[in-house]
Amino acid sequence: MKNIVSSAIAIVVMTAVFGFGYPALMTGLGQAAFSKQANGSLIELNGKVVGSKLAAQEFKGPRYFHVRPSAVSYNAAGTSFANLGPTNPDLAKNVKAAAEAILKLEGPYNPGLSIHDIPVDAVITSASGIDPDISPAYARLQSKRIASVRHLPLATVQQLIDKYDHGRSWGFFGEPGVNVLELNLALDRTAR
Amino acid sequence: MSGQGIGQILFYAFALVVLGYPLGLWMARVYNTPVPAGRLLASIENGFLRLIRAQRDREQDWKSYGKTVLVFSILFSLVLYGIQRLQGHLFLNPDHLKGVPSHISLNTTASFVTNTNWQYYGGEYTMSYLSQMAGLAVQNFVSAAVGMAVLAAVVRGIARRTAGTVGNFWVDLYRSLVYILLPLAAIVTVILISQGVPETFSGHATAHTLQGATQSIARGPVASQIAIKQLGTNGGGFYNSNSAVPFENPTGLSNFVEMLAILLIPAAQVFMFGRMVLARRHAWMVFAAMFAVFALGVAVALPAEQHGSQVLRNAGVNITMGHGQTGGNMSDKEVRFGQAATATWAVATSDASNGSVNGGFDAMTPTGGAVPLVNLFLGEVIFGGVGSGLYGMFFYIILAVFVAGLMVGRTPEWLGKKIEAREIKLAALGALFVPTMVLVMTAVAIVTKSGLASIYNHGVHGFTETLYAYDSQSNNNGSAFAGYGATSFSASFGTVALYFGRFVPLLAALALGGSLAAKKTVPLSAGTFRTDGPTFVVLLVGVIALTAGLMIFPALTLGPIVEGLMH
Repeated sequence: MKNIVSSAIAIVVMTAVFGFGYPALMTGLGQAAFSKQANGSLIELNGKVVGSKLAAQEFKGPRYFHVRPSAVSYNAAGTSFANLGPTNPDLAKNVKAAAEAILKLEGPYNPGLSIHDIPVDAVITSASGIDPDISPAYARLQSKRIASVRHLPLATVQQLIDKYDHGRSWGFFGEPGVNVLELNLALDRTAR
Repeated sequence: MSGQGIGQILFYAFALVVLGYPLGLWMARVYNTPVPAGRLLASIENGFLRLIRAQRDREQDWKSYGKTVLVFSILFSLVLYGIQRLQGHLFLNPDHLKGVPSHISLNTTASFVTNTNWQYYGGEYTMSYLSQMAGLAVQNFVSAAVGMAVLAAVVRGIARRTAGTVGNFWVDLYRSLVYILLPLAAIVTVILISQGVPETFSGHATAHTLQGATQSIARGPVASQIAIKQLGTNGGGFYNSNSAVPFENPTGLSNFVEMLAILLIPAAQVFMFGRMVLARRHAWMVFAAMFAVFALGVAVALPAEQHGSQVLRNAGVNITMGHGQTGGNMSDKEVRFGQAATATWAVATSDASNGSVNGGFDAMTPTGGAVPLVNLFLGEVIFGGVGSGLYGMFFYIILAVFVAGLMVGRTPEWLGKKIEAREIKLAALGALFVPTMVLVMTAVAIVTKSGLASIYNHGVHGFTETLYAYDSQSNNNGSAFAGYGATSFSASFGTVALYFGRFVPLLAALALGGSLAAKKTVPLSAGTFRTDGPTFVVLLVGVIALTAGLMIFPALTLGPIVEGLMH
């Protein structure tokens, strides 16, 4: 009985402190110190939110860099893995379909392009379904198309790719990746 | 594998020791001194204890301690269940989510109270902010602190001589929360926000994309929850894809910090143990044994994932590392983490009872995916859960000195205490109960229609999904081959696994601590098996491999091994 009373009071106190006090304090701190990040790293264009730096959005057609495949149609409010096991026949089917679509899209701008030139991240789902990055290799593969469609020198496109490749944190942690939304926004600024 | 990737892994190990050691000493001080840090904090502590009507000076024996843990956990379960069921009618629900279905709430309650955070629910579209904050996030702190408190009690039992008591649960609980978890969580939260993890009470943001689509972006008080989910070896994500989602884990640096947070407290507890029982060298040997198994896991998983899967090789796409990509099996992995950071995380999260993931396990190669599966089955003792990892390791240590005792033909001793029939029985119960439960539950789930309904990938991989589900829940890990689905059967069955998997070893450990506390110490003699040398490390790893390793092997052949041969 004594345990029950103690537990009940402790539950109320702990819920107040760790359930409300702690996140409220952290939110106050975060909003004050890092307001942009704390609100989801949203990107605005002409006063309107066009997306978040941290969420892939779908790009179709030849004018933009494309992102990686998603198991959830780039739903940033319903992330998911694809969960296809390594021997699942659907995995092979999806990879094949994605590779064929890329060959069709990029082939005209890259004579002699074969499936062996496609980097693996281009044809397979990310873990979150909203991976904002593509590998620098996949960005390079798309650069000729972008340069041609937008009438830009290839070197300019490559410079933009390098600029939005976030590299490793502190040059050491994680792996390089090119942020597709930022890159496409920069393209729009460079050539409409 | 690149030199870069290996460099990151070595630096990780280095940081773990450099930060874990002083933290361990601090924790020993927290549990062993009347006033660990200043009068002011001490008077707040006294205020709390008076408020809950606990007598700080009244120490408990192991039975009383265990009873308090149980009452506290049961009562908290009821509250957590209630919040989830009623969230639709309560405040802090900006996205108007409905009450969580009963079988999901039940499983989630068990999952969070037992420090597991197995997720049959999708975070951002099932739980209101109230449920996340007042329900789940509170448990991230409290369930972790319960494990830490119990460990403190068990270690005290080992350290004491002819004593009847092991400490006071409320004092240990309070100190775990306020002196250890809270400050660490605040530091990690700020680092994570700086990297881009949201921390806001505003609801979803709506974006109008460059090509005219509408994208809803889930936000919330994410960073504060992610910080504690990693530190407390909880693992339940704010988002469904857990720490793979850029909003939970945006950069290489955030990934490193979170990964460090996963093993930090469990590693520090080994050093805390060394300080509290005055056996520093012995603690280093325990650390070495844990680290050896950890390193072995990385050494198996990373090359397997980097090598890629047969499907990708057959397709002919470029999976070779270099020229602007990390390559390998990128299925359900993120570009910014690549293979090295994802494989290391997979090993860390399954060694600790954390269970958060930064890539999908279901899509791992058969060999890569077998590593977390086996790690869980070892009982989460390789660093393990906060508290529960080390007290789980004590079972194996006792079995190891017992085996050594049989070899030399003497009564086994550990840290000056004679290990007798009662301790061996408790250690055997603690070490074998959970693996047995995993195998039995998997067997039931694989031969019943209701069990089979949860499987997502059919064939051999479906067996692995099932085995992993009960392995993960019974061992209070929480990671998943996430295709495995929630049905009312799997959720309810899982609830049983969660509660028994937590409280049977917990009580066995407390009983062990109580039993050792009552003993006299015997002086070291020439016949005593030394537990502070490399021989002990080999023996300990061997005993773990022989008990849990051999138990999982037949199941392993039915799952990943067959799949690996097919593939």
